[in-house]
Amino acid sequence: MKLLLTGARIIDPAQNIDSRMDIFLEDGKIAKIGTDISKSLKSKSSEKITKIIDLTGMIIVPGLIDMHTHLREPGFEYKETIASGVAAAVAGGFTSIACMPNSNPVNDNRSTTEFIRRKAAQAALANVYPIGAISKDSAGVKLTEFWDLKEAGIVALSDDGKPVMDAALMRRAMEYGFSLQLPVISHCEDTNLSGGGLMNEGYYSTILGLSGIPGIAEEAMVARDILIAEFTKTSIHIAHVSTAGSVHLIRDAKKRGLKVTAETAPHYFTLTDESLQSYDTNFKVNPPLRSEQDLKAIKEGLADSTIDVIACDHAPHGRTDKEVEFEYAANGISGLETSLALSLNLILDKTLNWPELIAKMSTNPARILNLPKGTLEAGADADITVIDPLLQWTVDLQTFRSRGKNSPFNGRRMQGKAVLTIVGGEIKYDGR
Amino acid sequence: MKFEKKDILGIKDLSIDEINLILETAESFLEISTRKIKKVPTLRGKTIINLFYEASTRTRTSFEIAGKRLSADTINISASTSSVVKGETLIDTARTLEAMNPDVIVIRHSASGAPHILASLVKQSIINAGDGAHEHPTQALLDMMTIKERKGKISGLKVAIIGDIEHSRVARSNIYGLSKMGAHVVLAGPATMLPRDIEQMGTKVFSRIEDALVDADVVMMLRIQLERQKQNIFPSLREYSQHYCLNRSNIKLAKKDVIVMHPGPINRGVEISPDIADDPSCSVILDQVNKGVAVRMALLYLLTGGSE
Ligand SMILES: [Zn+2]
Ligand SMILES: [Zn+2]
Repeated sequence: MKLLLTGARIIDPAQNIDSRMDIFLEDGKIAKIGTDISKSLKSKSSEKITKIIDLTGMIIVPGLIDMHTHLREPGFEYKETIASGVAAAVAGGFTSIACMPNSNPVNDNRSTTEFIRRKAAQAALANVYPIGAISKDSAGVKLTEFWDLKEAGIVALSDDGKPVMDAALMRRAMEYGFSLQLPVISHCEDTNLSGGGLMNEGYYSTILGLSGIPGIAEEAMVARDILIAEFTKTSIHIAHVSTAGSVHLIRDAKKRGLKVTAETAPHYFTLTDESLQSYDTNFKVNPPLRSEQDLKAIKEGLADSTIDVIACDHAPHGRTDKEVEFEYAANGISGLETSLALSLNLILDKTLNWPELIAKMSTNPARILNLPKGTLEAGADADITVIDPLLQWTVDLQTFRSRGKNSPFNGRRMQGKAVLTIVGGEIKYDGR
Repeated sequence: MKFEKKDILGIKDLSIDEINLILETAESFLEISTRKIKKVPTLRGKTIINLFYEASTRTRTSFEIAGKRLSADTINISASTSSVVKGETLIDTARTLEAMNPDVIVIRHSASGAPHILASLVKQSIINAGDGAHEHPTQALLDMMTIKERKGKISGLKVAIIGDIEHSRVARSNIYGLSKMGAHVVLAGPATMLPRDIEQMGTKVFSRIEDALVDADVVMMLRIQLERQKQNIFPSLREYSQHYCLNRSNIKLAKKDVIVMHPGPINRGVEISPDIADDPSCSVILDQVNKGVAVRMALLYLLTGGSE
């Protein structure tokens, strides 16, 4: 398939490009990118261009990458399958996603990794990069076989869903992982401090009578992992940063030249714990929605590059997981289909400009996970997201491709949407 | 005034006018309890379901008597939250109950917010009979009624609430209610029992009982749940009672005509020394029980359209 995309504004932070250009895709790769391609191609006429798509008014960016998703298969197919997860991904504009290992069985072994990759290949929508468990069964006791997992295709290590409470085990994982160029992603939560908590600890947990998760439950672990990275001269990636204190710790670590990277999720710069007053379990997420000050600090961290990545922590659940008392409800938001539009608000409110946002949703996650993605350079894989920046739409759970209909954003008015998602030169989603 | 609310989920949602209407209605029902035949036909043909996920003989009995005195049919359902599929039962139960078409569902649940979920699922009126550590509106209403009767007013009084504020729905409902009605509410308890940012509810907070008792018109002692010891929020019952028990000595800091309240059941000698608990000159604990029935009658009456 040969595709010529014309008329759009092309933004590629990797090449410092932000201008109107054409882009020509051939054999799954980006063949050419430039201002006069359409003329030169037409004049040659020998080339049989399969399709020319006029994308005037649209924005073309390197395929978006979400480095933190939960696909639930194997084990929890009623929440999500790999097939429904990648369908949600491309509908949300994501050409690649990395999936956390907390399936059942946990992805702590070669055969589970291979199973995930096989299912993803069958679905043939978005690229799926499995993340392997740090510890067997993510139980926090014994390391998994990093080398074997890497050969099977994992791109990073994490016990996400659970923290690694044992600091010595975390140290070993970071040392061993670093030597294999496998980034370690840390779900920072001191479970002794968060124990039994249901929402952010503060005024709202007090008036709602829900036990609180203090910000320090996250920050104590962020600090610990930064110290380990510093001492062992390794790197750490902090997942779902939710508090002002974490932002300060990471900013300081970066100033000191440490190899620390971080992500946050759209709900942490969109919602606060105030929204829990309805006891709507769709707002229940871990780490929990924090205070207004935290939200402000997250935006500042995004603006000054303390936070490198936006990843939605896509956590689909079935109805029975959420339609219960707040206390018993599962944590998580089905995020892939709202992540881009929520993130585009950061441009509207001037927190970020376009190249900065696209860097956080494509270039940077590709760099952190060592993926050969995240750029529109000639020769790169033809993974492309086309965004209509002005499209007005309303979130409707019934239209979600994800099996997880758990979103606090149902009914919300949005501006901006992915309208075309191209993976390996093939159109995998066309919402025009 | 017409009562517009569909549900009574918490005192937070009630206006001053609504609280006054409930208290006035309750006062008019108080008289029924003194009659020889303690029954009026007001709610004949109405059905009230008491759905209790948490054992509470006192509150359930109080609602049951309230319903019976108004001639309503009352049905008690004791449900368990111990099953593995926790919560699923609430949704299922809600659908079943709705099909039975009662007029009011009274719910007690150990999970904060459970009544709100139920209220969002069914069209019937819901009365929160206590949810987790969130609210216990009928308790606060009966407390306010008791105070009003004894003191002639609520506005301007100093009310000290003492004990485990963090885990107390009685405290939260009373802070909302008493503050709305113009009282000055002060709190005291060990720092580990004072939830974060509680002062933002508009109360003064102390860690010593003595500081809160100074010039108090009303002292409300909260029940200590003994199993909380496991969470290390207090080292021992012995130490707690030595420093937070209301006794003959520290009560002198309060006004001479102070009244002492307790939502019950009391751990005698832990929260209140026995001589004070049983002293009719200051203890209004038995009064509270009596007011409880009247307040619940008032709510059942108002929610079923009694004010129309
Ligand atoms: Zn996590
Ligand atoms: Zn996660």
